[in-house]
Amino acid sequence: MPAADIAETLQRALPGVAIESWDAADQPVVVVPPGALVDAARVLRDSPDLNFSFLAEMTAADYWPKDPRFEVVYHLASIGVKDWPRTGMSGTARRLRIKVRVSGDAPELPTVLGIWPNADWYEREVYDLFGVVFAGHPDLRRILMPEDWEGFPARKDYPVQIKTPVTFASPTQVTEEEFVRNIESRRVHAGGAAPGTKARPGA
Amino acid sequence: MSESELNELKDLPILTTTVDKLVQWSRRSAIWPVAFGLACCAIEMMAMGGGRYDIARFGAEVFRGSPRQSDLMIVAGRVSRKMAPALRRVYDQMPEPKWVISMGACASVGGVFDNYAIVQGVDQIVPVDVFVPGCPPRPESLIYGIVQLQRKIAQQRAFA
Repeated sequence: MPAADIAETLQRALPGVAIESWDAADQPVVVVPPGALVDAARVLRDSPDLNFSFLAEMTAADYWPKDPRFEVVYHLASIGVKDWPRTGMSGTARRLRIKVRVSGDAPELPTVLGIWPNADWYEREVYDLFGVVFAGHPDLRRILMPEDWEGFPARKDYPVQIKTPVTFASPTQVTEEEFVRNIESRRVHAGGAAPGTKARPGA
Repeated sequence: MSESELNELKDLPILTTTVDKLVQWSRRSAIWPVAFGLACCAIEMMAMGGGRYDIARFGAEVFRGSPRQSDLMIVAGRVSRKMAPALRRVYDQMPEPKWVISMGACASVGGVFDNYAIVQGVDQIVPVDVFVPGCPPRPESLIYGIVQLQRKIAQQRAFA
């Protein structure tokens, strides 16, 4: 199915939303505005002739110093099993790329956790490496970098080499309360800015 | 002891040595490494443990899953900054005496991974006895490194 047809289905469900689309070499691409992301995701998953039930991958790209700076990319797949997950769903296997352009100034997107539950760790990864905050994510904290890391390493303006001493001392034993408190303090939405969300100087 | 008594001893099936040398001989002849493979170097380390290269010839084939049973830590691969506390923890859990081999370019100096995420030399975290160069080192190189370590152990005093 060409990108234009997918965009048309989306446009019919979401009138008034600016949707851009083209056919890339590998798969169709649809660009949706950040505000319409969750609605568009729900339409893509639930409309019987699209049936994008699977979030195959999610990442982001930094186009610094362009504005809008970030492009968050969702790769969707339709498994190609007829009447799955519900009767009446299309049985054509296909792929789709959604792009969402996000401003570099306090980048924020709504979470798609309610549509595809596996977005959980993907969104944590994008937050960890690019600093894009996903509003509504219940457990948004770093996933790859150390918990107390400063800055977002996959940003274009982040230094490649950091000549700081390695830290390897950590308490050998923490109580359960301390453990829970550590986790909570690093969640972005746990009230107040969490440590580690602060951008590096000059970022 | 008179000369005749010494001559009598010569015919007996005994060897004389010092306790120091005996202890160090036994230590260097049964080095048990802790399994600490981190990247592609670990494949060469496993090849060294297998029958083709057969590190059992030098008594270092018993890779242990627990640091409590190990004498040697072969840091085989790149160490990320996030891994550093875990590596140090494993080292601290090993009983004395203990030794460390830094295997390959990444563990020794960071290798091609000169970036924010990788520790630029594992000697920032643990004291390294032998650096084995290579990317990755062949099993022969690592065997040579272990033999060098054995020579080093032979020179150390058990009771200082």
